[in-house]
Amino acid sequence: MLCFKLAWRFVIARKRPMFLSLAGIVFGVSFFVVTQAQTSGFEKFFIQTILGTNGALRISDRFQDTYGTVEQVDDDGDTRFLFHSREGSLYHEGVDQPSLIRDALDDYPELLGVSEIIEGSAVLDSGFRRKSIVLNGIRWEDHLQSSDLNNQIIQGTMNNFSSDQMGVILGSRISQRLGLKIGDRVSLVGGTGNLHLRVSAIFESGVSQIDKNRIYIHLITARSFLGSSSGGSVFQIAINEPEHAPGLAVQLQSSLNHRVVSWQERERVWLDVFKALRFSSAITVSCILLLSGLGMFNVFAILVIEKTRDIAILRSIGFSRMDISAIFLWQGTIVLVAGITIGSLFAASGTYLISMIPLRIRGIFSTDSFVVNWDLNHYLWASCIAFVFVAVATWIPARRAARIEPAKIIRETL
Amino acid sequence: MDCSQKNKMMPNGSMRVENLFHSFSEANGNVKVLNGVSLEAKPGEITSIAGPSGCGKSTLLYLMGLLDRPDSGKVFMGDLEVQNFEDDERTKARNHFIGFVFQFHFLIKELTAIENIRLPLLKQGKDEYSANQKSNELLSELGLESKAQRPAYKLSGGEQQRVAIARALANSPKYLLADEPTGNLDSSNSEGVFELLDRMAKQTGLSVILVTHNEKLADLSHRKYWMEDGRIVI
Repeated sequence: MLCFKLAWRFVIARKRPMFLSLAGIVFGVSFFVVTQAQTSGFEKFFIQTILGTNGALRISDRFQDTYGTVEQVDDDGDTRFLFHSREGSLYHEGVDQPSLIRDALDDYPELLGVSEIIEGSAVLDSGFRRKSIVLNGIRWEDHLQSSDLNNQIIQGTMNNFSSDQMGVILGSRISQRLGLKIGDRVSLVGGTGNLHLRVSAIFESGVSQIDKNRIYIHLITARSFLGSSSGGSVFQIAINEPEHAPGLAVQLQSSLNHRVVSWQERERVWLDVFKALRFSSAITVSCILLLSGLGMFNVFAILVIEKTRDIAILRSIGFSRMDISAIFLWQGTIVLVAGITIGSLFAASGTYLISMIPLRIRGIFSTDSFVVNWDLNHYLWASCIAFVFVAVATWIPARRAARIEPAKIIRETL
Repeated sequence: MDCSQKNKMMPNGSMRVENLFHSFSEANGNVKVLNGVSLEAKPGEITSIAGPSGCGKSTLLYLMGLLDRPDSGKVFMGDLEVQNFEDDERTKARNHFIGFVFQFHFLIKELTAIENIRLPLLKQGKDEYSANQKSNELLSELGLESKAQRPAYKLSGGEQQRVAIARALANSPKYLLADEPTGNLDSSNSEGVFELLDRMAKQTGLSVILVTHNEKLADLSHRKYWMEDGRIVI
C-alpha cells in the first residue's frame, strides 16, 4: 500500500508526461473498440440478414457414393485380392422424398424451423415489361419459422399472401423494375404455361441479388406451375445456435445422404472479407497502442533517470529492490487503469455517436445508418492489448530502477 | 521483520569496523579507496571522521551503513557481523537500526515534510496514526511543527536538513550515519544541527558517526578519527 501511495504521488506530480501516456492508452483503447464495433457490427448484421433470408442450413441435392474396384490377378488368372473403395459422390439434383427428409429432421431438437422450398426459373410479366426471376414455392407458415421474411416485408402483409392461393411476394427491386404495387396482377411465364398472380406483398432483404430476382409463391401453386408433384425441393433450416451450423451440416449430410450446406460455407467469401477487415483494423489500432506503449516506455525510462536519487534514498531507509520495482509498476498500473476506464467511456460514446451517422447501404444488406456491435469482448481485448504493452513499457524501467546501487548514486550526487 | 526476528538480529553496543578494504573498478584499473580501516563508534557518543576530500570518509560510511560491500574486513553492529548480510537482510537492517543523513537533504520533493519523516515508519509496518504521532513529535523536537504539511521543496535549506535528520531518527535507529550533514549550512545552522545530534545521542543512546570537513565540529565530538589516503591516521 505504501508503494501504491508513493506511486500515486509520483504520478500526480508529473502531470504532463503522465497525461501524454494516458492519452495514448485512451486513444488506443477507444479506437480499438470503435473500429471493432463497426466492422463486427456490419459482419453481424450481414449474418443476421443471410440467416433471415436463406436460413442457417440448406439441404439440397441427394448424393450417391460411387465405388471403384481394385483387383490383383496372378499369372495363372486367379484373383489374389479384390476390394472396393469409395471414389466420390454422384449428385442428383434436389430432394427426391421431401416427406421422408422432413420426418427425419424431426429427430433434431436443435432445429428451430424447417421450410420446404421448390425453386425454379420463370419470367414475370407485368403487362408492359418482363423480367426473369427465381421463384420460391413455400409453405408460408413453415417459412416464417426458418426465415425473417415477415420482418422483411416493406409493403403489403403476410396475411394478404396467406389468404390468397394465387398471391405473390416480390423482391423490392423486381417491383420497382416492373412498376408493380400491392394488388396488381402479374403473369408468371414458363414451366407448364402461364400463371396469373396477384401482388400480396413486397419484401426487401437488403441482398440485392435476392431483391432483384426472388419471388415467393405458395408451394402447391409452384408445384403445379413447375409440373413437379413432389420432388425437386430444397429445405431451408433455422437452428438454435447458428455458429454450430457446420457441425450439424456434417451430421445431417451423413445421416440424410443429401448435400447439406451451412451458412458459413455458403457465405465464405463475404465472411472472409469481414474477417480480413476486422483483423486489419485490429492490427492498425494495435499499432496505436504499441506507439502509446513506446511513448510510455520513454516516459518511465526518463522517470527512472530523474528519480535515481530518490530511489537511492528509499533504498537507504529500508525499501527493498522489490519495493522500488513495485513503485514503478504501480505507476504503470495507475496509468493503465485510468487509460482503460477513460478509453472505454470514450469508446462507448464514440460507438453510440457513430451508430447515429446516416449511411445508406444496399447490396449485401440493407441499412440506413452505421451498424455497430456492442460487445464486451472488444473492451476486454483492447484492455488485454493495452495491458501487454504497458506491462512491457513499465516492467523494463522498473527492473532497471530496482538494480540501482544506492551508494554509487549518492556518491555521484555529492 | 517481525518482533522475534528483530530481537534475534537486534544489535547492541558499538559499531565497529575491522581492517576494512575497499576499491572501485575504473577504466584504468582498480582504485583502492580504503586500506585497512578500523574504528569504533560507541552508543551515546558522536564519533567524527574527518579528513581531506577523496580520502574515503563517505565510502567508509556507506560500508558501515550496509549501502555497499567491502572487498575484505568486517563490520560489526554490536556483536553482529553484518558485512556479509544478504540483500534483504541489509535492507531490513537499514530500515530498523540505521538512519542516514546526507550533505544534501535528499528529501522526496513530491511529499510533505511529515510524509518524508514517516516513510521509514510506514515501511516498518507502523500504522498511519502512530507514524504520524512519532513524526509530529520529531517535528516538534526540531521546531518544525508548523511546517509539517509543507511540501519538502518549499522548505529552506536548514529546514530541509532538519527534516532529513527527523527522517533518519524516525525509526529510532541504533546508529545514525551522517555524511557532511552541515556541509550546506551556515555556521549557526551547523552548530544547531550538531547540538541536535549530540542531544539525541545522549537522550537515546544513539551512536552518531559523523563525516565532516568541519574541524570545529570534529573537535566537539566525543571520539575523533582523521583519515588520509584510505587509512585512519589519528
